[in-house]
Amino acid sequence: MSILKDALESGKFGVTAEMAPPKGYDFSEQMEAAELLAGKVHAVNVTDMQSASLKASGLGLCIKLKQAGVEPIIQITGRDRNRMAIMGDILSAASFGIDTMLALTGDHPVVGDCKESKPVYDLDSVGILKMLSKMEETNCDCGGNEIAGGAPKFYKGAAVTPLYEPLFLQVNKLRQKVENGAMYVQTQGIFDLDTFKRFLEFVDKAGIKTHIMAGIIPLKSAGMAKYMNDNVPGIAVPQDMIDRLAAAAEEGKATGVKGLPGKLGIEMAAEMIAKIKDEKLCDGVHIMAIGAEKNVPVILDKAGIAI
Amino acid sequence: MIITQKKPIEEVMAMVGDAKTVAILGCGSCATACQTGGEAQVGELKATLEAAGKTVVGTAVADYCCMALGVKGKMRPMVAANPDCIICMSCGDGVQCAAKNAGAIPVYPSNNTMFLGEAVRFGVWEEACHFCGECVLGQTGAICPISQCAKSLVNGPCGGQKNGKCEVNPENDCAWIKIYERLSATNQLDKLTKTREDKGYESVAYPRTITLRGKK
Repeated sequence: MSILKDALESGKFGVTAEMAPPKGYDFSEQMEAAELLAGKVHAVNVTDMQSASLKASGLGLCIKLKQAGVEPIIQITGRDRNRMAIMGDILSAASFGIDTMLALTGDHPVVGDCKESKPVYDLDSVGILKMLSKMEETNCDCGGNEIAGGAPKFYKGAAVTPLYEPLFLQVNKLRQKVENGAMYVQTQGIFDLDTFKRFLEFVDKAGIKTHIMAGIIPLKSAGMAKYMNDNVPGIAVPQDMIDRLAAAAEEGKATGVKGLPGKLGIEMAAEMIAKIKDEKLCDGVHIMAIGAEKNVPVILDKAGIAI
Repeated sequence: MIITQKKPIEEVMAMVGDAKTVAILGCGSCATACQTGGEAQVGELKATLEAAGKTVVGTAVADYCCMALGVKGKMRPMVAANPDCIICMSCGDGVQCAAKNAGAIPVYPSNNTMFLGEAVRFGVWEEACHFCGECVLGQTGAICPISQCAKSLVNGPCGGQKNGKCEVNPENDCAWIKIYERLSATNQLDKLTKTREDKGYESVAYPRTITLRGKK
């Protein structure tokens, strides 16, 4: 049974991290991070060529993580695979004991680094969830043909962007994801709790019942925050956070101490997580450290979170 | 209307190659409207070919290059003149239709066929349909998510819009926000909350034939 499912359904505060396979075939950096994450998080999302940037496929890293004793969440986008290829990967994943997945539509190849690649989008996030739910229900594949030995059961998840105008559209799609099998959702990075609370209220009013995990992105610098504000949909780092990071950089320059903005970013992430847990805003957190996965145990420790 | 764009003239000349005699077939409908295959463009291409030392043995503009019977009649004199090649200034369908009536004479396209769309102003065309075979406009406020959303999403928007603009091309509005606004304005937002059938692709296995004359 999915460890994340077990945690969320037994009312524990769920904790997940995120990891990207390399653009290459040496996974040692990822495996070193996995060692640090083991026992600290319920599961680790393995991204499916996020930002449409070519990487080793997620299934490979999921298998490696599983073998190393870290629970993987296989992210599946509809960008590069039609329904047959998605179902095939899901069956292979199941044969390695992988039982937790997250469905995403996927960034368009045009915004990535292999722009000539043909976008597929046979199914979007809702379609992927619907197909897998039907597979589990009927023990049949996407063409209605029987699956030998029955269909594997996955704990299925989806993503949502709380900062979205009009919010109706985002929450309406979330409702469709949940209706079609998403049992947990991870959100885009949260930096402002008021925005997050408004979103939670909207979800509540819409009568949507699912486990929500707040997305946490530890900031590394004021520049990173500004870049994300300008370029990443659904991200809005408040100005006072950017100012504090800039001040930390100034202090570092003046005192000759390196890495102060990064340390502050870790503090701010930990503070956010602690607040979310203390105020019981949602069911868990999903930490996207963007290459700095080694910081995740530190952040959790500072937030006073143990799984 | 089928929207076409002229190929670079170098590409057309490369196809013509060593041919000494050439005929030109224009199209009186979409390609005329797109200024890629009307009388004026046929005349321009003729002049260009002659300036390059070619002999243009015939020109004609079919009412519709996509109507097999009409094209056959229009092409009869130029085929009889037996040129080394024929250049068809229409959409991709017109070129194929012309080739079926050209016997052993090679037919080359002068245009790239871009999309099905509409003339929004004089000289400006916008894409509007992808021939998906299962029109959903009745559920989406007459705004097509297949052609207007860069990912052709059928269940609502992705998370990739910023200030209402698409992540794929920030000059484009997010189709799903437009759909939302249109359905709000027509008091039909409930159409977004209804579960939709999956869009399948079995029915668009191509090439397809439609006939009103009974079983083919």
